[in-house]
Amino acid sequence: MTDWPKDIFDVLKEADIRQVSHVPDAGQARLIEMLDADNEIRAIPLATELEGIGIAAGAWLGGQRAALLMQSSGVGNCINAFSLLKNCRFPFLCVVSMRGEFGEANPWQMPMGQATGKLLETMGLVVTWVHRPEDVRPTMEAAVQIAFAAMNPVAVVLSQRLIGAKSYG
Amino acid sequence: MTPRDRAGGKTLNLDRREVVARLLADAGDLLVITGLGSSTWDCATVMDRDLNFYLRGAMGSASSIGLGLALAQPQRRVLVITGDAEIMMTAGALATIGAQGPKNLSIVVLDNECYGETGMQPSLTAFGADLGAMAAAAGFKLAETIWDEAALTRVLPAILGRDGPALHAVKVKAENYPHAMPPGDGTTLKDRFRQALLGPDAMA
Ligand SMILES: Cc1ncc(C[n+]2csc(CCOP(=O)(O)OP(=O)(O)O)c2C)c(N)n1
Repeated sequence: MTDWPKDIFDVLKEADIRQVSHVPDAGQARLIEMLDADNEIRAIPLATELEGIGIAAGAWLGGQRAALLMQSSGVGNCINAFSLLKNCRFPFLCVVSMRGEFGEANPWQMPMGQATGKLLETMGLVVTWVHRPEDVRPTMEAAVQIAFAAMNPVAVVLSQRLIGAKSYG
Repeated sequence: MTPRDRAGGKTLNLDRREVVARLLADAGDLLVITGLGSSTWDCATVMDRDLNFYLRGAMGSASSIGLGLALAQPQRRVLVITGDAEIMMTAGALATIGAQGPKNLSIVVLDNECYGETGMQPSLTAFGADLGAMAAAAGFKLAETIWDEAALTRVLPAILGRDGPALHAVKVKAENYPHAMPPGDGTTLKDRFRQALLGPDAMA
């Protein structure tokens, strides 16, 4: 079976990403463990996801590549800060793990989950969805190109088909 | 009764333009990020330089940009100059910075106790919130609220030093001065900063 969290980690390493900020989501727990254990990548826990956009911009000003990991609900916290990307043409890569779509059991996740893709697009990010484990690596590689070669902000969205819907009770 | 009276506060004495002039007097290779509102206007007016990156939006992001930059450039000193409301919007980011602990990051908040840019409405520091104390509680190594000339002179070496993370909330009079505009749009300012800092690598 494809170890897709490891695939994401490997692509971040291969792309020379040096700062990865995050507000944890269960769907990315294993990835965050790997990042914490790595001594070339600085894993940065955040109070709110929007900090990750500023951190990525600052890293780029200083000549480093950064990425942001977040749950779909965190996209809502980022909206105005996304202005920074479009206004200054900062390259930007985020990995968004979905809640509030396929198989969701928590009604509180639904409003933001259903809006996540549209909001990312509205704010000018290129959005690429992943539903199957074997697509994770090629999608991450493609996203790195879009971010750091085509210099566009990009979101890789991990669907609940991939992650599995969280079960309650 | 004004918010200031409710907070039982002291008067604001320092002049923001003079504070910024002192901060930038020997700027040298200092990397400077400025927050939207008066801080951007002050720095663009007092001393425009390629290594100033000015924000005119993305309120709350100045300190995070400073963090990402300080981590990417550990050998260089990074100075964030911003307003009290700008930094208060992401007060939790102080804890993020405290946790990472970059020694080369220094933040100066020009605390005029109001939203200068939007009509001088009292801001939260006018009601007693103390940004120096908040930063200290968030794990900043150096953190203090500065009320007068003597205290500013005392901490100036620390503000420009390498023993951070540092946050100094400098209380300044509420003034709206005429100002210069940053020379260029966001993309131009980003590119000129990177070229000045990274040289040919900026294009890589
Ligand atoms: C998200 C957001 N909310 C509100 C505004 C309107 N606004 C522009 S500057 C500013 C605050 C300025 O206050 P401060 O940071 O204390 O700086 P000053 O100009 O007083 O130095 C506000 C609220 C904005 N630009 N963005």
